[in-house]
Amino acid sequence: MELLYLLIELIVKCVVVFAGLMIVVAYLTWLERKVLGHIQVRMGPNRCGPYGLLQPFSDAVKAFFKEDLIPGRADKAVFVISPMICIIAAISIFAVIPFGNQFTIPGTNWVVKLRLADIDVGLLYIFGVASLGEYGIVLGGWSSGNKFGLAGSLRAAAQMISYEVALGLSIIGVIILSQSLRLTEIVSAQAGGFWNWNVWYQPVAFVLYIICGLAEINRTPFDMPEAESELACGFNIEYSSMKFALFFMAEYAHMVTMGALAVTLFWGGWQPPHPALGFIPGFIWFCIKLFVFLFFFIWQRGTYPRLRYDHIMQFGWKVLLPLTLVNLLITALIVALKG
Amino acid sequence: MIIPLLKGLKVTLGYFFSKPITTQYPEEKIPPAKRWRGIQYFEKDERGKTKCVACGLCMIVCPSQCIYIETAEDEEGRRYPSTYELDATRCIFCGFCEEACPVKAIFMGKNYEWVENNRNVYLMTTERLLEEKANNP
Repeated sequence: MELLYLLIELIVKCVVVFAGLMIVVAYLTWLERKVLGHIQVRMGPNRCGPYGLLQPFSDAVKAFFKEDLIPGRADKAVFVISPMICIIAAISIFAVIPFGNQFTIPGTNWVVKLRLADIDVGLLYIFGVASLGEYGIVLGGWSSGNKFGLAGSLRAAAQMISYEVALGLSIIGVIILSQSLRLTEIVSAQAGGFWNWNVWYQPVAFVLYIICGLAEINRTPFDMPEAESELACGFNIEYSSMKFALFFMAEYAHMVTMGALAVTLFWGGWQPPHPALGFIPGFIWFCIKLFVFLFFFIWQRGTYPRLRYDHIMQFGWKVLLPLTLVNLLITALIVALKG
Repeated sequence: MIIPLLKGLKVTLGYFFSKPITTQYPEEKIPPAKRWRGIQYFEKDERGKTKCVACGLCMIVCPSQCIYIETAEDEEGRRYPSTYELDATRCIFCGFCEEACPVKAIFMGKNYEWVENNRNVYLMTTERLLEEKANNP
C-alpha cells in the first residue's frame, strides 16, 4: 500500500511539474514579447484575448498546422531526433530542482516533498543533462544539410565548451560553502533570512554564473548559434512546424531552469527573505524569485546587442575563466583558513 | 566596464515603464495630413449632378492614364461625361486631375482605406465618385 501511494504521489508530481513547466514556458514567450515590446515603446501582443494572454495558444495552433518540412539533403533520423534531444534535456533538468520544502496532506501523515528527485549529486546531474541539450542544437544544425545551420552548430559547440568550464567553476564556490552537491542541502544551508543567501558570500560567482548561464542557454547577447543577422537563424534554419516549436520550447525551458538554478544556488531557493515572512509558502517565494530572474533575462535581452563571435570566445577564455579560478581560489583559501 | 552596462539597463527599464507610443490602427487613427491626396471625389453642382463638363483635361494630364471620358450633351446644350471611368487600381494619386480641372469638379479626398476582393469594383464611375463625396465632409 505504501508503495502504491508513493507511486501515485510520484506520478501526480511528475504531471504537475511537467504541466507547470509547460505553462511557464508558454507564458514566458508571451512575457518576453510583452516586455520587449514595452522596452521598445510599443505594445507587444494584445490582439489574442485580454492583454494578448491567449497568444501562446494561438502560436501553438499555428505551429501544429504548419507544414513539416524535411530537406532532401538532411540526415533524416538525426534531423528528427535532435529537437527531441533538446526538449528532453531541457525538461529533465527540472526533475532535481527543489521548488518548495514539504507539506503534510491534511488528515493524513503523508509528507509530500516538493521536488521530483532529491539525488545527492543533483548539480552534477544538472550539468550533465544541460550539456546534453547542446547536442540537440549541434546535431540539428549539422543534419539539416545547410551551411548556415552548420555554422550555427559549430558556434554552438565552441561556445558550449568555452562557457561550460566557467559556469562549472563559478558554482564550485557555492559547493565549497555548503559542503554538498545536493540541491536541498544547498538551500537549507541558506536558511534564516536574506543575509544568509549565497549571493552575499559569492557575489562574483553570482555575476559570472549569470553571464555564463546566458551563454549556456544561447541567449542574447550570446545567441551566436542562431544569430539572425549573420546566420539567418542558424541551427534551426531548416526546421519548421512543431520541430521548430520544440527547439523554441527547449530554449525557454532551459531559461527557466537557469533561473531556477540561480535561485536555488544563490538566492536561497524556497527560503523566505526574512524569517518573519515564513508564513508565506516556500513555493510562492520560489516563484517570485524565479520571476525576478526571468524578467532580468528578458530585460537584458532588450538592452544589449549581440557580441561578435571572436569577442565572445576571447571573453570566455581570457576573462571569465581566470576570474572564476581566482574566485574559486579565494573562496577555498578563506574556507580553509576558517577551518 | 560594468557601469555602462548598468546604465544601459537603466535606460531600457525607463522605457519599459513609459507609455507605448503605438497608435492601435483600426481602433484609433491618425488624421491624414492637410494636403493628403486620397481617393478622388466629384463635387456636385446645384442640381445635384456632377460639375464635370467633360473637357478631357484630366484624361490628358493623367500620367498613369487611368481616366477615360466619353462626352455627351444634354437637352440644355450642357456638356457632361456620359462615361467617366477612373481606374483606382492604376491611379498613382499624383493629384494632377485636381490641378488640371478648370471647373473644380474633381478633388483628391482624404480617404485611404479601400479594400475589395474584386478588381472591377475599383473602376470608379461618376456615381461612385459622387458617393465618395460623403467620405470627405
